[in-house]
Amino acid sequence: MKPLVGLAARSLWNRRGSAALTVFAIAISVMLLVGVETVRIGARESFARTISGTDLIVGARSGPINLLLYSVFRIGDATTNVSLQSFELVSRHPDVAWTIPISLGDSHRGYRVMGTNGDYFRHYRYGNRQALVLAAGSAFEDDNEAVIGAEVASRLGYAIGDKITIAHGIGEVSFAEHGDHPFRISGILDPTGTPVDRTVHVSLDAIAEIHEDWQGGARSAVTAPRHPYDGDDPESAQAEEVARPALAGITAFLVGMRSKDSVLQMQRALNEYRAEPLTAVIPGVALQQLWQIVGVADRALFVVATFVVLAGLIGMLTSILTSLRERRREMAILRSVGARPLHVFALLLLEAGLLALAGVVLGIAAAHTALAATTSLLASRFGLFMETGGPGVYDLVLAGAVVSAAVLAGLVPAWLAYRNSLADGLTIRT
Amino acid sequence: MTELAIDIEGLTFAWNDGLPVLDIPRFEVRRGERVFLRGPSGSGKSTLLGIVSGVLRAGRGRVCVLGEDLGLLSGGRRDEFRAAHIGLVFQMFNLLPYLSVMDNVLLPARFSAVRRGRAKPDPATEARRLLNELGIATTRSPARLVTELSIGQQQRVAVARALLGRPELVIADEPTSALDSDARDGFLRLLMAECSATGAALLFVSHDTALGGLFDRQLSIDDVNRARPQLEQS
Repeated sequence: MKPLVGLAARSLWNRRGSAALTVFAIAISVMLLVGVETVRIGARESFARTISGTDLIVGARSGPINLLLYSVFRIGDATTNVSLQSFELVSRHPDVAWTIPISLGDSHRGYRVMGTNGDYFRHYRYGNRQALVLAAGSAFEDDNEAVIGAEVASRLGYAIGDKITIAHGIGEVSFAEHGDHPFRISGILDPTGTPVDRTVHVSLDAIAEIHEDWQGGARSAVTAPRHPYDGDDPESAQAEEVARPALAGITAFLVGMRSKDSVLQMQRALNEYRAEPLTAVIPGVALQQLWQIVGVADRALFVVATFVVLAGLIGMLTSILTSLRERRREMAILRSVGARPLHVFALLLLEAGLLALAGVVLGIAAAHTALAATTSLLASRFGLFMETGGPGVYDLVLAGAVVSAAVLAGLVPAWLAYRNSLADGLTIRT
Repeated sequence: MTELAIDIEGLTFAWNDGLPVLDIPRFEVRRGERVFLRGPSGSGKSTLLGIVSGVLRAGRGRVCVLGEDLGLLSGGRRDEFRAAHIGLVFQMFNLLPYLSVMDNVLLPARFSAVRRGRAKPDPATEARRLLNELGIATTRSPARLVTELSIGQQQRVAVARALLGRPELVIADEPTSALDSDARDGFLRLLMAECSATGAALLFVSHDTALGGLFDRQLSIDDVNRARPQLEQS
C-alpha cells in the first residue's frame, strides 16, 4: 500500500481547488467541535473549582442555585438579606469551625465589591483546597482599605496605595458614587481563576459606613435602584439609629464545620430555622444541580457540533463521488501499470483519509489558536477559565474519530471505484 | 523456458449478452517477435488484448503468456503478472496528469518489484535513458508535468513507461491513431527499436494497414478470430 500514499496525495493536489474546499469544510466543523468541547470542559472545571472547603452556603430563603450564583459566582442579586443575629448564632455554634460573611451590592467600574472580614482570607478555599494568597500588600486593616482580585488589578492597572471609590449598585457606569468614602488598595490577590479575581474586597464595617447616610438607595431624595442595604426590613431602620454604623444584615455567609458528619444536621437545622427564613446549601450539591441545567445546553451544543462535522464529511463524500466519473481513465491507467482493483479501492480510502486528516489538523490548530487568543476575553466576560495547554489527548481522540469516520465514508466511493475498475479493466468508458 | 510469448488455444469469449466476441482456435506470438494485428473497431481486438493482459478472464480455452497459464491465476496474481511482464500503450491519454513525466515512467516500478529489480542500474536512471532515446529531454526538467507535452511526446513517454524494467511483452493498442503521419512514422521506428533493444515481443494492434510492412509478421483479426461480433463491446 506504500506506493499509494504518494499517488493519493498527488492526485488530490492535482484537484487542489475542490480538495482545499473539502479540507476547509472539515476544518471548520472540527474547529467548532474542538471549540465547543474545550469551552464545555473549561466551563465545567471553572464551575467545580470555584469553591472548595466550604461545607455550607447560607443565605435568605431562595433556591439553592440562586444562592450559589449570587454568593459564589457574583451573578444576580439576593432578594433579601440574612440578619446579623442569625449569622452570629451560627458562628458561635460549637460544631462550626469558621464562618465567612459576604455582603454584596456595590461595584467598582463593573467589578463587584464584597464586604467581608479577615476570616475570608484565612478560611476561603478554591480549586483543590487552595487558600487565597496575596501577591502584594496585606489584607485590609481598617474600613478604608480594599483588597482587589488579580484581574481587577491587571485590567484597571491598580497598584498598592491607589485610591478607588466604589459605586452604589452593580452597573459598569454608575451615577451614584460613594465618592465621600475613598478606599486605599492595601493588597492584591494572586490569580485564582475564579470570580475572586474579579472582586474588590472591603471590610463589612466599610460597607456599613458608606451606606450610613443613604436612604432609599440614594443620598437625600434622589431615587436609585433598590439595594440590599437599603433597609428592606424594620431591623435596618433600627440599626441606623445606633450611633456607630452597624450593618443591617449580610447577603450570605459561608460555613466550615468542625466535622463533616454534622454538615447535614446543620443544613437541616438552618433550613428549618424558625426565627428567619434561611436556605443552606452544600456547595457540591448546588454545583451539581447548576451543572445539570447548564449541561443540557452544552450537550446540545456538542450534538450540533457533531452534526456539523458529519455535514463536513458528507461534503467530502460528495466531492470524491463526483470526481469518480472523471477519474475512470486514471484508474484504467493505474491498472495497466499493475495496480489491482484493491489498489484502486485503497487509493480512494487513502484519499478520504488524507482529506480528513488535513481538515482535522487544520481545524484543531485553528481552534487552539482561536482559544488561546480569546482566553482572557472568555475569562473576563463569561468567567470561563480554559486550560490553554494546547492540543491534548482529547484532540487526538477527536482526530482519530473524524479520520475513522471519513475512511468509513470513503468506503462508498472506494467500493464504486473498485467495481468500475473491475468492469472497465483497461478500457476507458466515458 | 517456452519460446512463445503468447500462446492461445481454443479461446472463446462472450460478454453477458451471450453473443460470442472471440473464437480463436490458435494464436501465437514468439518471444521477441513483432506482430502487427490489423482490424477495424468492433472486431474484438480490445477484448483480446484485455484477455492477454490478464484483465479479462477467458471464457473457455487456454491462454498462456510467457508460459504462464492465465486461466489458472487469480485476479490478483494476473494483475501482478501484468505488472511484472507486460508493458501497455494505449491510443491516447496514457499518462496520469498529476504526476511528472519521470513519475509516470516510473509507475510500473512502483507496483512491481520485478520491474523495479530489472531496471538497470536503477529505475530512475533507466527511465532517464529511455526518455532520452525517445527524444524527451530530461535534462531541462525531468519533473515537468505531462500536460506540457504534445500528444506525440505523451505517446513516447507511454512507450518509455511500457519498456521500463524490460517486460517480455509490449502490447500497443492503436498508439498512433492520434498522431499525424510524420510523428507516426517516427514513433513507430522508436517503438520497434526499443523493443528490439530489450528483446520484448511486440503485439501492435491498429486499423491502419499502411503500418504493417515494418513488422516481422502481420495478420488480420479475421484470420485469427472466427467470431464476427457486430459491435465491439468496450
